[in-house]
Amino acid sequence: MAEELTQAERDLLSQIAGLHGMPEGAFNIRRDGELVERHSSANIEISTKTGEPGIDIRIAPGTKNETVFIPVIVTQAGLKDVVYNTFYIGEDCDVRIIAGCGIHNDGHAAAQHDGIHTFHCGANSRVVYVEKHYGEGDGDRILNPTTNVHMDEGAVCEMELTQIGGVTSTIRDTNATLGPDARLVLTEKLLTHGHQTAESNMKVELTGDGSSVQVISRSVAQDDSIQVFNPLVIGQAASRGHVQCDAIIMGNAKVKAIPGIEAASEDAVLVHEAAIGKIAGDQIVKLETLGLTEEEAEQEILNDFLN
Amino acid sequence: MLELKDLVFEVPATDGTDTPKRIIDNLSLSIPDDRFTVITGPNGGGKSTLAKLIMGIEKPTSGQILFDGTDITQMGITERARAGIGYAFQQPARFKGMTVKKLLDLAAGRKLPMLACNEYLRKVGLCSASYLTREVDKSLSGGEVKRIEIATILARDPKLAIYDEPEAGIDLWSFDRLTETFRDIHEARDGRSIVIISHQERIIQLADEIVLLRDGRVVDAGTPTEMMPRLALSARGSDGCPLTEPTELHLTEIPTTC
Repeated sequence: MAEELTQAERDLLSQIAGLHGMPEGAFNIRRDGELVERHSSANIEISTKTGEPGIDIRIAPGTKNETVFIPVIVTQAGLKDVVYNTFYIGEDCDVRIIAGCGIHNDGHAAAQHDGIHTFHCGANSRVVYVEKHYGEGDGDRILNPTTNVHMDEGAVCEMELTQIGGVTSTIRDTNATLGPDARLVLTEKLLTHGHQTAESNMKVELTGDGSSVQVISRSVAQDDSIQVFNPLVIGQAASRGHVQCDAIIMGNAKVKAIPGIEAASEDAVLVHEAAIGKIAGDQIVKLETLGLTEEEAEQEILNDFLN
Repeated sequence: MLELKDLVFEVPATDGTDTPKRIIDNLSLSIPDDRFTVITGPNGGGKSTLAKLIMGIEKPTSGQILFDGTDITQMGITERARAGIGYAFQQPARFKGMTVKKLLDLAAGRKLPMLACNEYLRKVGLCSASYLTREVDKSLSGGEVKRIEIATILARDPKLAIYDEPEAGIDLWSFDRLTETFRDIHEARDGRSIVIISHQERIIQLADEIVLLRDGRVVDAGTPTEMMPRLALSARGSDGCPLTEPTELHLTEIPTTC
């Protein structure tokens, strides 16, 4: 595989999945709508879907401490890549899934990747999902990810969805249903600049007693970019939900945050908070007193805010 | 050596008149190397403003600031920091997502070894290494943020360090640790100067020189032995809020039926 990828493509893989060469264990690398290379492991089986583009990832019950990589890169202008990836995670697993999409487009036509990821998290399994989106080049780069999560009793899932810049337009849809005692931590980090637009819709349904969700959204909107957030948590059982949206706004950017909570159970405890503001002056001044320039201070503050 | 010459700082009037309000009034002061100076005085006397003028956070209306012989009056904050001035804020900033370790690294200007970080935290009475991975956000208490602020100045190790009311919001036990730290820095006598804005007798007693600031002017200065009796007198002699006769009050006009 290493011979087949150009340096630019390898750089993209490193940006989105931290990959430097071939990963260990199970992985599936996709470029411009086609498979580059795939490897299954003893406990993780990756197979091509029938009927629609994409893959099924089946993780055997009891699989512990394994990581699966499924990065995608798009370098062809005019390509619209739609892919359905479905994860079946057995009971009592403890796994990491590293996904992400990097687009390099220098052409006139837009390059687009719509990834629809569905997760079935088995009872008492623990899943960490990391997804990074990144774009570069002069042409338009569009990423519209959909993430659906179904969590069985006692499952724990930490999802970190990041768009680290360079994506012209994105509409992100995230839906989750939580069974009894399931716990979801959903962290979304977005950076937009230039004339980029980003919309993020989330709907988390707490259907089981003892379930809980924490939604953490952190975003930076620079230049003339526009961001819209619609996180919604619905408590239908004795459950807990917390939604926190924090945005830093710069230049002529616009940010709209509409965090929503709905309770259909008297034992649901739901909280939301949202804040939009520029970088606090006292933060910049403090870092200047440590010898940083104003620009360096701003960069450090943004880097750490988006972590 | 820091020299302040005829420093004036005025802000626009708030009472509707054209006369600006003078916060620092023709102040001259020299702080030699190796000197531990405490600036004290009543609230609103101009202490914090003076510290901010030295750090460059505020610019003087007139006057001159010299640091090691160089005129720094027009220099920005960054340049002054790089020239060797440090400032621990009275009300420190908080940073979402920034760890204590990262802030200490930025202060030191390099990646610090864990052991060194722990040592700085220990000096301000934060004895758990777990602080290093904590974020400097609202999850920390006021006293914790304050002590981390002081630790950043220890990590920075500037030639002239200004601490603005370091004792504010800190519990007694941590305060003990902090006074020891100030004493240790001072006893090292390695060319560094400390300026502390404080009302605390224990800190005042550590000083080589105490400067009493009132109405933007240095009204008195001297060693702790000289100054302690005078400070006590000065506090007692202050006006406070004198009681006035309620001449306009007529008891019959106050309804007593409700």
